[in-house]
Amino acid sequence: MDHLPLAVSTFCFLVGFAYTMHALGARVYRASRLNLVAILGGFVGQTVFLYLRGQALGRCPLTNRFEVLIFLSWALVLFYLLIGPAYRLSLLGAFTSPLVFLFQTGALLLVGDVPSQPKLALNGWLELHAAISVVAYGAFALACVAGVMYLVQERQLKTHHLHSIFYHLPPIRDLAVANARLIIAGFALLTIGLGAGFKLGSVFTHSPLTAWSVVVWLGYGGLAALGGLQRISQRRVAWMSVAAFGGVLVTLAGLRFVTENGAL
Amino acid sequence: MEILCLGLSHQTAPVELREKFAIPDGEVGATATALSKTAGVSEAVIVSTCNRVEFYVAAEQAAAGLAAVREFVAERLAPAEGAAFFQHATEPTVRHLFRVVSGLESMVLGETEILGQVKKAYAAASAGGATAKHLNKLFQRAFNVAKDVRTNTNITRGAVSVGSAAVDLAEKIFGKLAHCQVMILGAGETSELTAGALQARGVKSIFVANRSYDRAAALAVKMNGTAIHFDEWQRSFHDVDILIGSTAAPHHVLTAAQLAPIMHTRPARPLFCIDLAVPRDIEPAVNDLDGVYLYDIDSLQAMADHSMNVRRQELTLCEQMIERHATEFDAWLASAWQQGVVKPVPPTPGAAAQQAKT
Repeated sequence: MDHLPLAVSTFCFLVGFAYTMHALGARVYRASRLNLVAILGGFVGQTVFLYLRGQALGRCPLTNRFEVLIFLSWALVLFYLLIGPAYRLSLLGAFTSPLVFLFQTGALLLVGDVPSQPKLALNGWLELHAAISVVAYGAFALACVAGVMYLVQERQLKTHHLHSIFYHLPPIRDLAVANARLIIAGFALLTIGLGAGFKLGSVFTHSPLTAWSVVVWLGYGGLAALGGLQRISQRRVAWMSVAAFGGVLVTLAGLRFVTENGAL
Repeated sequence: MEILCLGLSHQTAPVELREKFAIPDGEVGATATALSKTAGVSEAVIVSTCNRVEFYVAAEQAAAGLAAVREFVAERLAPAEGAAFFQHATEPTVRHLFRVVSGLESMVLGETEILGQVKKAYAAASAGGATAKHLNKLFQRAFNVAKDVRTNTNITRGAVSVGSAAVDLAEKIFGKLAHCQVMILGAGETSELTAGALQARGVKSIFVANRSYDRAAALAVKMNGTAIHFDEWQRSFHDVDILIGSTAAPHHVLTAAQLAPIMHTRPARPLFCIDLAVPRDIEPAVNDLDGVYLYDIDSLQAMADHSMNVRRQELTLCEQMIERHATEFDAWLASAWQQGVVKPVPPTPGAAAQQAKT
């Protein structure tokens, strides 16, 4: 039954995605409330699903890859709702909707909600590690979205070919700032998540995925330093944030370090 | 009750004629009030801008109402005679006003300043008690039409001049320009206009370098900026965000080889180069450098032309939206008449001819 709010949520993101495609196709994009309402509706659906699942499991709903994807989508939208309005990045929501829609559709149709028995007993450090890490990935996902927007806008500025979307995308400096701050926020959260993971002892430290997570952490740490300290161009930061999130997706795809089904 | 319009605009009259009928901002409200108290006229709003002077009135009889307006204008200003003056009966007046506030009758198609000017004119008339049910309804509807047209079409899309295109691009790169430093190389007229447009958006500071230091100093004073000797411009370049080139130099003043090491020291700080000079001051290859965005006079003009074409392409859609709103307003008028509030009067032959023209 908890799939119903999730289906509604996915439909909401589809509406947001379809509206954006239609508006851009019609060459008259407006920062419509419809998009924000669709995202808010989707977020409520996600939250209800995670709440119901958490109640049923008696723990943070991160026991299989399905739940991880939904939790990641929720974190992504959470970051959008937190920073989007502050930066006046209305189109960030338009770019976020398709990504979240793909995540959730993929979770529902491809990954499947296969129940799994967590290998580890309920543990505060484990819950903290899992939840904070996935929220960190949500920040990285939104940094990736901001990076894509930056690259789209930057390319138009360079080539002088200004599509209608040009007039609705935020200034590239704002996108670069949002990108850098999301990377820094994600890195800080991942640091906490990994720190909590190390408290679990050998079951965590001996996992190959932990090594990969540390590599991701180091990569984002370097990117946060380079971007935050303005040591490389904003374009490179944008490209690297997109590439790095690809690496994160690989990490998530391999989230089977505790059980065969990816349970934490 | 008829809603009528008598006026002249940049489309029908040269500035020498328009200025004879122009009414100063401070007097528009009082003049509208006086007109509304004229025999044969019930309500009045006067729109007086540099491009148009239009008298909107509500009157019981069209012919008598228009005659009253003409007499009023002749007494106060000059005889409102000749082909330069147009007059509209109710339906064409409604459509004309909707077109005016939407920027379709403006010299620069789609410009938005006119909406503010009409709002001011209406507010002044309203404050003086010159408006009532009919013009209140008409103008409030007109403002809704303008909003609808601007929001749902591309009629205001993009910049339609070189200067405004440059400003638009600067804002798409830097966002707010309050922290941006501008450097002008060459004190030409176009660079002055462009820098002026940037200054109006609140840039932090402006440096002016010119081969003639006196001209640089004169422009710097005008721009509230700082004049620098031309030989020293590269020393002040490090913190510049926007560079405007408009020298008469026969060669490139700034090359990619010169700029690359500078950009290397500021990798996260974009540079917007506006090359208004012919021959060009800035080597095209600088656009290949990371964080550098180069636009020359042709690319800016192409942007402006493209925007104007986009606006022209939107005209049909705008007309359709205006017609839909006008039809709804006509229906309201008819409904008001049926309730005994408004009595329709057949349009005068002159007004019908004008309606055909529009």
